[in-house]
Amino acid sequence: MNNWKMLTLVGKDRPGIVARVTDALYQNGWNLGEASMLRLGGNFTIMLMVSGAGEVEPTLQPVAQELGLRLHVDPIEGDLHSHVVPNIQVRVVGADRAGIVAQVTGQLAEAGLNILELESDVAGSAETPIYIMGIHGYADVPVEDLQQAVSDLVDQGIDVTVSGIETLIG
Amino acid sequence: MTVLEILKAPDERLKQFSEEVEIFDDELQGFIDDLEETRQAGPGAVGIAAPQVGRLQRVIIVDVSNTKKPVPNHGYMVLINPEITEWNGFEMGREGCLSIPDYTGNVIRATDIKLKAQDRFGNPLEYEMEGFEARAIQHELDHLDGMLFIDRVVSRRTDLFQRKVYKKGASAKK
Ligand SMILES: [Zn+2]
Repeated sequence: MNNWKMLTLVGKDRPGIVARVTDALYQNGWNLGEASMLRLGGNFTIMLMVSGAGEVEPTLQPVAQELGLRLHVDPIEGDLHSHVVPNIQVRVVGADRAGIVAQVTGQLAEAGLNILELESDVAGSAETPIYIMGIHGYADVPVEDLQQAVSDLVDQGIDVTVSGIETLIG
Repeated sequence: MTVLEILKAPDERLKQFSEEVEIFDDELQGFIDDLEETRQAGPGAVGIAAPQVGRLQRVIIVDVSNTKKPVPNHGYMVLINPEITEWNGFEMGREGCLSIPDYTGNVIRATDIKLKAQDRFGNPLEYEMEGFEARAIQHELDHLDGMLFIDRVVSRRTDLFQRKVYKKGASAKK
């Protein structure tokens, strides 16, 4: 069961892709693990873990072709039930500018933040774009250290907020 | 005292509505002690509800006095027949559950609440609570109404875009 593959499918978005892909997998005996589907710039993108016997390409290639998707398969190490609970949250909001992601994540990585989830988007309009990024991550260092690490960027006018997340278990 | 077995989703008993406690006898006292021992045996749980160990009665325990960053709290509380009488404000926060291992997600909860309950001997209690403690109460109260936090998760990712989808737990009552 821990013989996992990571599938990546990318293409023009259209209704019913998830249903077609997962049905083909199910009909041919593949198990689904964790998955993430996103629409990025009007494109359909999905990454999903599957496990099963043999090669998955013969099952999915015809479906991908029919839906106009590109399929990529990687054998992976790893397993389910290995989530890390994030304890740090970072928000970046500001005028769109080159290098903002690299600068923020670079400083945070150096200070000890391991990024678990990152989502970024460009809102606003073509004339006045607004850059928005959300990060959930894990760090063993105090949140103050991470805040210190981005303070230079804050001084340069980038709106970065670093805060702790206390996950409630009950 | 005994560490009780914690039911895991999709156990049907987690979806049941729990009954009011009417008899505050020795048996109940023993159960409350076992429930607390079970909470402490779990991984960092700030609360537990009786239905999580298969007892469909309105009993919860909450204690948020041990968080990494101190939060306003009333210490260790055993709450029998708890009832929220006032809600105010909305806030997103990350939750997990002893009954759903290895999963956390963002849930919207009321920021400030007023609570009525009884103590373990049946005496009336009243509290005003905020933030993390109020969240813990709402999470545990949901268990009494057969509701799990995964039914309320609005996002596993960023909490930037808050959607107001909060419903009173009572809506799960049949
Ligand atoms: Zn719970």
